[in-house]
Amino acid sequence: MIAWLERQIPKMVLAPSFVAILIFVYGFIAWTAWISLTRSKLLPKYELHGVIQYKRLFASPRWETAMDNLFIFGALFIGISMLLGLMLAILLDQKIRVEGVLRTIYLYPMALSMIVTGTAWKWIMNPGLGIEAMVRGWGFESFTFNWVIDPKMAIYAVVIAGVWQASGFVMALFLAGLRSVDGEIIKAAPVDGIPGWRIYSAIILPSMAPIFLSAFIVLAHLAIKSFDLVVALTGGGPGYATDLPATYMYAMAFSRGDIGQAASSAMVMMGVVFAIVVPYLYSELRAKHD
Amino acid sequence: MTDYSYPAPTMSPDTRPAPSRYGQTALRWLLFTLLGLFALFYLMPLFVMVTTSLKSLEEIRSGSLVAFPRDVTFEAWRTAWSGACTGIQCEGLRPYFWNSVLLAVPAVLISSFLGAANGYVIAQWNFRGANLIFSAMLFGCFIPFQVVLLPMARMLGLMGLAGTIPGLIFAHVIYGIGFTTLFFRNFYVTIPSDLVKAAKVDGAGFFRIFWSIFLPLSLPIIVVTVIWQFTQIWNDFLFGVSFSQAGTQPITVALNNIVNSTTGIKEYNVDMAAAIIAGLPTLLVYVVAGKYFIRGLTAGSVKGLMQ
Repeated sequence: MIAWLERQIPKMVLAPSFVAILIFVYGFIAWTAWISLTRSKLLPKYELHGVIQYKRLFASPRWETAMDNLFIFGALFIGISMLLGLMLAILLDQKIRVEGVLRTIYLYPMALSMIVTGTAWKWIMNPGLGIEAMVRGWGFESFTFNWVIDPKMAIYAVVIAGVWQASGFVMALFLAGLRSVDGEIIKAAPVDGIPGWRIYSAIILPSMAPIFLSAFIVLAHLAIKSFDLVVALTGGGPGYATDLPATYMYAMAFSRGDIGQAASSAMVMMGVVFAIVVPYLYSELRAKHD
Repeated sequence: MTDYSYPAPTMSPDTRPAPSRYGQTALRWLLFTLLGLFALFYLMPLFVMVTTSLKSLEEIRSGSLVAFPRDVTFEAWRTAWSGACTGIQCEGLRPYFWNSVLLAVPAVLISSFLGAANGYVIAQWNFRGANLIFSAMLFGCFIPFQVVLLPMARMLGLMGLAGTIPGLIFAHVIYGIGFTTLFFRNFYVTIPSDLVKAAKVDGAGFFRIFWSIFLPLSLPIIVVTVIWQFTQIWNDFLFGVSFSQAGTQPITVALNNIVNSTTGIKEYNVDMAAAIIAGLPTLLVYVVAGKYFIRGLTAGSVKGLMQ
């Protein structure tokens, strides 16, 4: 009896966490999925009404803006962060004596809250006293940089702040990758007369394909979950010009009292995340078994 | 993953067939110019935040964004800490700073401890189904929290924890378990299982082995996990704004309220001082233990995920 109990200890230790995950992740996803199929407004109603909330969602111009913004923000944020991160990593990889200091400088924004980042950039980019006023003060009277208050450009202001925050992280990923490439190959290349840039383009970068993938996954995940940055930088405005799915969901859930819409938009967000993450997890798992 | 803080073999410019020594020097200068410009780009917002927070409003209106303060004043810092308005209350950030401390410390400790215990079981006491449970937990790391926001708000209400700090701690612990378990599991899986077998032969039980053998070995991964969790929880905004109410808000929510407070004139210097105060704890952790911070960031992505 005691021996049996002893064998059960590991299971009993894991059980509370497992039950918690089962309820608070999977149970809650099921609840949200159910609510997304009802006519719930301020309070949840459990009577099913088909995909009416999804029809409303996809007919909503605000949601359309939010999805367009996610696409613009996601593509630019991921693309520029990757390029910048890769470039910084390669530049830092040239035996720089002050590498440690520079690395610290490039990466510190990642330690900050997106609310802090948004607050700082909101001030820097404000037209009245920020960059615009500064450049005008230098004598360029017609210089304009009012992206944060321009509905057409505000989403690009969010991209700038996002890239500032996350590109150092990509640099760290790529630098770790560059350092893990087999040193012997790199040493042999110059002996064979292969120029430096060819070593990167033909040997090092192709061997870092998994890191490109990792960086992409992490950045995509950050982009889809971006909520605080938009809240702090533009508040979703002007109007709802910089709404993202995350801010749309929050508005529906907590200020509009439309939890049916909130639930359906959350489910779409999860769909987008899984469309990106599941193939990745699957390939990682398969790589493990091979 | 590779710890790149150690010198590793890299290309040396000397071994490359260089066109000439002159070209070599020019390239080197170009390299340093580029690196320096980027350093300026990353430092500029911090510089602007600090200088703005030390200026008077009058100086902000008349001077340039990037100018050094003429008359350094700490008035904005005092206001940000104990006088700025977050809506109708004007107590500054101080009460919310302590809210965040009261929230982060227990949440970090509990979630890290649970992660250690879970990781120990999954890596060393594998039973049928343990890997499935691990995959289920891992999956939980990737969900957008929006999908659990509504039911969690209701659940906290049912538990009598709505709008309280214990409620926020609960939410952070639950949704932190996935990552902490992942960190510890990936660390413990590298410890040979013979260790457990030998300890069992000597009569040590499950808990004894954990306390006397595994925990003492775990210092590096404990540091990584604690830093990761602290950064996540201190910087969190979504849970804070969804599950708190006036009086129990964490610092990120209070900062956002100060900045967007519509009463009175816009005090940019106070906003910047408040932003620095809100960012200081995690920044400090990063400066003091940057190596571990980076390990945490990369652990979840560079192949470390499923090893």
